[in-house]
Amino acid sequence: MRGAAGLGLGLRLLRRAPPGLGGVRLQSTHEAEAVLHKTGATAATATAAPPKTKPALEESKSFAVGMFLGRLNTEQVFPYPSVLSEEQEQTLQELVGPVARFFEEVNDPARNDALERVEEATLQGLKELGAFGLQVPPEMGGLGLTNTQYARLVQIVGQHDLGVGITLGAHQSIGFKGLLLYGTPAQKQKYLPRLATGETVAAFCLTEPGSGSDAASIRTRAQLSPCGSFYTLDGSKIWISNGGLAEIFTVFAKTPLRDEATGETKEKMTAFIVERGFGGVTHGAPEKKMGIRASNTAEVFFEGVRVPIENVLGVPGGGFKVAMNILNNGRFGMAAAMAGTMRGLLAKAVEHATNRTQFGDKIHNFGAIQEKLARMALLQYVTESMAYMVSANMDQGATDFQIEAAISKIFGSEAAWAVADECIQVMGGMGFMQEAGVERVLRDLRIFRIFEGTNDILRLFVALNGFQTLGVQLRGLQKALKNPLGNVGVLAGEVTRRLRRKAGLGSGLSLREHVHPDLQESGQKTLQCLELFAETADALLLKHGKKIVDEQFALKRVADSAIDIYAMAVVLSRASRSLAMGHPTAQHERLLCDTWCQEAHQRVSATLRPLPTENFRDLRSIARAVVESGGVAAPTPLGF
Amino acid sequence: MAALRVLVGVKRVIDYAVKVRVAGGGVQTQGVKHSLNPFCEIALEEGVRLRERGAASDVIAVSVGTRVCQETLRTALAVGADRGVLLEVGEGAAVGPREAAAALAGLVGRLQPHLVLLGKQAIDDDCNQTGQLLAAMLDWPQGTFASRVELEEGAVRVEREVDGGLETLRLRLPAVLTADLRLNEPRYATLPNIMKAKKKPLEIIPASALGVPLPLPRLRVLKLEEPPARGGGQRVQGVPELLERLRSDGRV
Repeated sequence: MRGAAGLGLGLRLLRRAPPGLGGVRLQSTHEAEAVLHKTGATAATATAAPPKTKPALEESKSFAVGMFLGRLNTEQVFPYPSVLSEEQEQTLQELVGPVARFFEEVNDPARNDALERVEEATLQGLKELGAFGLQVPPEMGGLGLTNTQYARLVQIVGQHDLGVGITLGAHQSIGFKGLLLYGTPAQKQKYLPRLATGETVAAFCLTEPGSGSDAASIRTRAQLSPCGSFYTLDGSKIWISNGGLAEIFTVFAKTPLRDEATGETKEKMTAFIVERGFGGVTHGAPEKKMGIRASNTAEVFFEGVRVPIENVLGVPGGGFKVAMNILNNGRFGMAAAMAGTMRGLLAKAVEHATNRTQFGDKIHNFGAIQEKLARMALLQYVTESMAYMVSANMDQGATDFQIEAAISKIFGSEAAWAVADECIQVMGGMGFMQEAGVERVLRDLRIFRIFEGTNDILRLFVALNGFQTLGVQLRGLQKALKNPLGNVGVLAGEVTRRLRRKAGLGSGLSLREHVHPDLQESGQKTLQCLELFAETADALLLKHGKKIVDEQFALKRVADSAIDIYAMAVVLSRASRSLAMGHPTAQHERLLCDTWCQEAHQRVSATLRPLPTENFRDLRSIARAVVESGGVAAPTPLGF
Repeated sequence: MAALRVLVGVKRVIDYAVKVRVAGGGVQTQGVKHSLNPFCEIALEEGVRLRERGAASDVIAVSVGTRVCQETLRTALAVGADRGVLLEVGEGAAVGPREAAAALAGLVGRLQPHLVLLGKQAIDDDCNQTGQLLAAMLDWPQGTFASRVELEEGAVRVEREVDGGLETLRLRLPAVLTADLRLNEPRYATLPNIMKAKKKPLEIIPASALGVPLPLPRLRVLKLEEPPARGGGQRVQGVPELLERLRSDGRV
């Protein structure tokens, strides 16, 4: 658990982003970069500190990036990717049974919650089961699962016990993911075999008391020894999942680095693999938490810890990139877990609704309950479709999945919260009782909107990342306009598309060939939203220029619409595949898809056309008054 | 004591947690979760433990059925069997206790195991006959409903649960044993072992190739139906009325 606070500093940095060259650059300094990165930017952009154009961005295959440019990047989205080989699928099917069985028969989530730790026998059972090394290569004692295979198993965990999920996730999704992504062969050989069996447990140490969302502001330091053979690590990290259990820590610290070119010494972040056995590593008492109580969360202190230079993860000074890449690579797993949680919740709600009689009828026959069940099913369907879309894209070797991964985390965590809330509502008083086991799920879920990048920061990340790409494109367009004859191709494409959109003709984009004939109308709606979105993005960027980073009211709505539209594309794709393959549930999925697209279309249209700027101004004023009053500004209606 | 070769029968059945439905005159099996029969799991666990103790050298899992039973055999391999044998029968062939016992007898002839371990019954048809039939066909001693198994020189001591107590038998090997619920607590297949099981040998032998012709079925299923839906309850004022009702219904 980390990244729970510190929005403030991140925003300050956002504002400091300096003007770009000709057009808009949002990431051209280390600081602005830090803002985006702390929320999970790509490895590609993470290294690009010196301002230079990034032609790679123009080539992005990301659907979400394409939305900002008014392009329809279908490659990663249509058709719905099937990435498992026959053998991988068969293996996965064999693994699903034992994992589900373990959680159904051995693990007791209520007991773990009450004990505020995972029962010892259960923990041991999970280790024997192999759950601690799902993605570790087989030659190092793990299962070597792909992201998609991992997602399927994590979904089972999410369905049964999020506290256990965090224990496992803190270990392998972030705790030692750095070793998988950046470890040298020697580092891997040294640590992974014991981590894979759970003999040693790992933790990820980034967040500090003064550094939450603004990860670049950490104060933990590592000083290279005069002999050059070790670093001395000092500092403290808070809210570290597995902090009290772990033997191996991925720790981020500032290290002074000399720039060879200028001779200046600068503080840069470096990632380290730290063993508890190095000495000087201690932890605080387990934190008392609202939810995921079964998982251990503790403060971890590093006092004069001597870390050999062989334990630097990645390159010295490259720690920020390491941290962000670890987080980016883990987000799909949260969406998968949430999809599982919602499966469990929906089953509970249905069980109650089909057994409970009121007014002489089972309550599932009442419209008020039917709407709830239907909406729960919609949210689950979207989340699940996103989770496996992103995991498949990653398995396909996509490098441009960060926005989609962030969207899946935002959507999944909010959908699961809504579904848990409605599940309790369907169950009425029963749902409020501990015994029903849903209040625990609700408590467990709350943190998912906060950690691994708060949803608020991730929304800014989604919007700003898109605007950055759009800015690069517009700048290219400006250049092209200066030399129209030499850039006929560029102009013909981009200008025509914009003009057509302005004239209300549509940009000539089509989803027809990608979408099943039964879903053409939803396809059309998605396209309309995409065009409205691109138009809005263009207008916002032309209006605000580089100052767009300050327009958080607008950015939030842009992100909300981006999320809605990506969700539309994802369910269109999945339902199309089900229809084309004649799945038994295809018609049900068609309904889910059509309903989602219909409502998302309304939402996007209402949100973007036009953006309620006066409303933003008023909200800002209200907030200021509240802040000045230290809370509610008006007295009670009684006047006192 | 020379290490033994142990043959363990594993049957693929509809998972115990599934609510069985009757459709089209038969039990609905399409798209329904299947797993290893729980009593076979116990038999398998016993075999694996014998090998882990060094008493058995080779644990062979065998299933009689169609190709889908390979899945069940893979599970058995993941739990610890050394190799698997599928005695394949054609799609739609009716395999009851007699047919299964005959096929197993054929395999016993070929593999010459010292001990055959079976579950006492399968949770789908609840026949509780295969072990007994097999012992008869082989003319081997049988120890059914075993709740404790101890190997001795050339023999096996079996504690069995009988009405009103426990009976202990000493059987000369080779023998057929069937496992009862309390024989042991089977382990879970771990994920790494599932991966490793992929490399273990799994042989497919047509049941007809064993030289023991499958007997013609002697049973015919006339009808399958789901249990009747539960009727509504009735409220009674007190114990006297309850007794009265039960008496008038002829229940006490």
